[in-house]
Amino acid sequence: MMDSLPPHMRPERSFQGLILTLQRYWADYGCVILQPYDMEVGAGTFHPATTLRALGPKHWNAAYVQPSRRPKDGRYGENPNRLQHYYQFQVILKPSPPDIQDLYLKSLAAIGVDAALHDIRFVEDDWESPTLGAWGLGWECWCDGMEVSQFTYFQQVAGVECAPVAGELTYGLERLAMYVQGVDRVYDLNFNGREGAEKVTYGDVFLQAEREYSRHNFEHADTAMLFEQFKMAEGACQRYLDAGWKDGGNRKEHLMALPAYDQCIKASHVFNLLDARGVISVTERQSYILRVRELAKACGEAWIHTEAGGA
Amino acid sequence: MPDLLLELFSEEIPARMQAKAADDLRKMVTDKLVAEGLVYDGAKAFATPRRLALTVHGIPARQPDLKDERKGPKIGAPDAAVQGFLKATGLKSLDEAKIQKDPKKGDFYVALIEKTGRPAIDVIAEILPVIVRTFPWPKSMRWGERSAKPGALQWVRPLHSIVATFGMETEDPDVVAFDVAGITAGQVTRGHRFMAPDEFGVRRFEDYEAKLFEAKVVLDPQRRKDIILADAKELAFAQGFELVEDQVLLDEVSGLVEWPVVLMGSFDQEFLSIPGEVIRATIRNNQKCFVVNDPKTGKLTNKFILVANIEASDGGKAIVAGNERVIRARLSDAKFFYDTDLKTKLEGRLPKFEQIVFHEKLGTQAERIARIERLAAEIAPLVGADVEKAKRAARLAKADLLTEVVGEFPELQGLMGKYYALAQGEDASVAAASEEHYKPQGPTDRVPSDSTSVAVALADKIDTLVGFWAIDEKPTGSKDPYALRRAALGVIRLIVDNGARASLATLADKHFRMFGSAQGLKEWNSRQVEQKCIDLLSFFADRLKVQLRDQGARHDLVDAVFALEGQDDLLMIVRRVEALGKFLDTDDGKNLLAGTKRASNILAIEEKKDKRSFDGAPDAKLFVADEEKALASAIDQVKSEASAAVAKEDFASAMTAMAKLRPAVDAFFDKVKVNDDDAKIRENRLKLLNEIRAATRAVADFSRIQ
Repeated sequence: MMDSLPPHMRPERSFQGLILTLQRYWADYGCVILQPYDMEVGAGTFHPATTLRALGPKHWNAAYVQPSRRPKDGRYGENPNRLQHYYQFQVILKPSPPDIQDLYLKSLAAIGVDAALHDIRFVEDDWESPTLGAWGLGWECWCDGMEVSQFTYFQQVAGVECAPVAGELTYGLERLAMYVQGVDRVYDLNFNGREGAEKVTYGDVFLQAEREYSRHNFEHADTAMLFEQFKMAEGACQRYLDAGWKDGGNRKEHLMALPAYDQCIKASHVFNLLDARGVISVTERQSYILRVRELAKACGEAWIHTEAGGA
Repeated sequence: MPDLLLELFSEEIPARMQAKAADDLRKMVTDKLVAEGLVYDGAKAFATPRRLALTVHGIPARQPDLKDERKGPKIGAPDAAVQGFLKATGLKSLDEAKIQKDPKKGDFYVALIEKTGRPAIDVIAEILPVIVRTFPWPKSMRWGERSAKPGALQWVRPLHSIVATFGMETEDPDVVAFDVAGITAGQVTRGHRFMAPDEFGVRRFEDYEAKLFEAKVVLDPQRRKDIILADAKELAFAQGFELVEDQVLLDEVSGLVEWPVVLMGSFDQEFLSIPGEVIRATIRNNQKCFVVNDPKTGKLTNKFILVANIEASDGGKAIVAGNERVIRARLSDAKFFYDTDLKTKLEGRLPKFEQIVFHEKLGTQAERIARIERLAAEIAPLVGADVEKAKRAARLAKADLLTEVVGEFPELQGLMGKYYALAQGEDASVAAASEEHYKPQGPTDRVPSDSTSVAVALADKIDTLVGFWAIDEKPTGSKDPYALRRAALGVIRLIVDNGARASLATLADKHFRMFGSAQGLKEWNSRQVEQKCIDLLSFFADRLKVQLRDQGARHDLVDAVFALEGQDDLLMIVRRVEALGKFLDTDDGKNLLAGTKRASNILAIEEKKDKRSFDGAPDAKLFVADEEKALASAIDQVKSEASAAVAKEDFASAMTAMAKLRPAVDAFFDKVKVNDDDAKIRENRLKLLNEIRAATRAVADFSRIQ
């Protein structure tokens, strides 16, 4: 397939080419290719296509790019690897197919990582998200000593046991692209695969944003507003959850899990911003995490009583 | 006799779990075999990242036959008893039972149960699935379609196939027929994930191990370690360097590969300006690579050794280049962190500690550092340290916790503080205290000897202990989340090894008052503080006992010494215990102990009888026997000599003085009847006995000695 690609679309020359190759690979496998969720999230896992769709008995195979925001990881554009906004490519397969490791390795081959030439390893990594009330077992996937993906068999999400278990693959797109392009600084990545005057780099697209958001995240984010937003999102989430139970109290069917979950996502991101601003003490931090987890769990509980989440 | 071969083939097993899993597998299978009467000759288990394997050889082909007699009900017993007997023994009717005569109690039924031994392979087919289902992984998981249903198999990572064969060396073995969660045991496995992924058949352990090796899998973890170590040493040696050996890393790395390929890479010389420990931590923790020393300088060189899992088609060039790039990025980060750290003076970091909570009830790190500083200044003169240096050291000792390097590599705390302190021109002792004040970390860790370090190390640990005692967070049972036992042992070792003199009660008493209303704790009155001090001291006594017991000394002597008033000087306690131990090894010591105990026992009985104690000096006029008089004067002499020696802290002399008491005590008990008919004389003699007890208390409470 790669040979038929024009040079500017080849994954080892173009960031977008790499993304398109992965999308194409997983589309061929039968995944629905979704677009990024339209809210600020810390990782691809927060997308309802993963968090919520991982729950319940229905089969679900999806893949998507998710812009991920980690306000604390901003470095004003000065660090060659760290970003407060970056891309994850997320694949979720429920139930996890028996050949999921091979599928993953073939996806690496698709983007030009030759398993006969490179040292690919599955290194233990137990995944846990305290804010999502979720955990799973799996690995970091290493290529020549670099972590290029995370691989997790979800055991529990939003406080609900996964039945069946979903397999989650998360590719760190910038890292992977740096690797296949042979670039040491993320901002030097070739974004569009063109050369000369037509070439657009990752820095052209994102360097200014990294600087501006680092200033915002660490120095100027309006903490009074954020504290208020956290409370509002928390309150709204709970109200939507309460209102969503059909026929009131019998808790058999829920009609508003998705809008409620949006507020949980909102609260989580606001918390991350407050944390980056350094206005949450160590003890408070724990209690905020617990508050978000309670929302996530309540959303999970609601979700499994919806059409897509139920039996 | 037949052998068993078992292989459980899965997705990648965490390196740290492999050794124990192999051991558990061996133990579970062999225990079950023995329990089933199948006594085997030998067993060995192996683990690689993708498989657990077990060979058990010399298993009997059949279980031995079993004969068992079961006693049943009496003749004519109620039907319920008979039915129960038939059910338990499997007999169809009483006709199948034997009748045993018993003229005394009456005749009764006996069932003869003969159990024919079953073929071992059938027994094994029952054992193995149970073991797979109940395997004790530290963490296990469900996967795939089957995980939708309750009771799905749990394994460390998805289990793909099972090999189980059983048979004689000379014959084709049989497959042990069982299945677990849809996996049917067979005799097919796979080789290396990338170099030999195809399936192949195996028969028994010998061809299994050999075929795996052909398929690029070294089954035995020890062999993989040997290969890695030998190749790594050789690679380093060939370039005139030496490998920095690292057993823990070797164990881990050997669990990450089925086919170890050792390669060497290098990094830019400029990174050698970073402290060696930081380079090593970066390369080791993040990349699981070994570092290399230059024997000429005794320092790290710009090389590293990596262990790949594949013979790459280009001989490993791409792998080395890839690892070099990652290590370059990691070291750039580390260097950036280190250089950034150097730009801020350590004291410049201190204000940030005001925002950091040490413990909810014990205030911020800043408050803790202030307390440690105060305490270090108080302790300094006791350990021969300069007060100003101790204060400075205490103020800076924790500052590196806020540096980038320590944030990245917590295990370098203290060490980085030392580097940064030296870089900003601090006194060498002050700088050293950053690293040393955490010591000793455990019973085998080195005890610092520089007086500044000793002062800060003691202050740090005593603050921790007093603090957690103040809020009643003491260790209970096996729970000691704040490592308070280790802290107390650290205090003991710091004091004793350095010959330091300190009244723990005074230090603790004053320090308890530092945890006042500021932390929202109620203000205590003196009595409460005193109670907490006593409690903390008895914790020290317990730790000291454990410490002495571990050294093979008698821990009851610690009790005997602690039972005296005001014993809170650990060094003196230890010296006294030592002298007491030596004394009790002598005949004089043993006999005096026996005499003192006898006196105590008699007193206890008579005190109980009379419901009074016999305190107070005996009346010399009431002495009748010579032995009485001799004992009285010996007591006077010994008391003053022993007290004088104790006052000079010369416990050996105090014990020598005590020895003088022995002949007088022996003679007294030989010749004198304590319970004289004359009540006055009896009372006087009891008072004299009480004096023996009192005299020996100059050195220890003998009644506590076992």
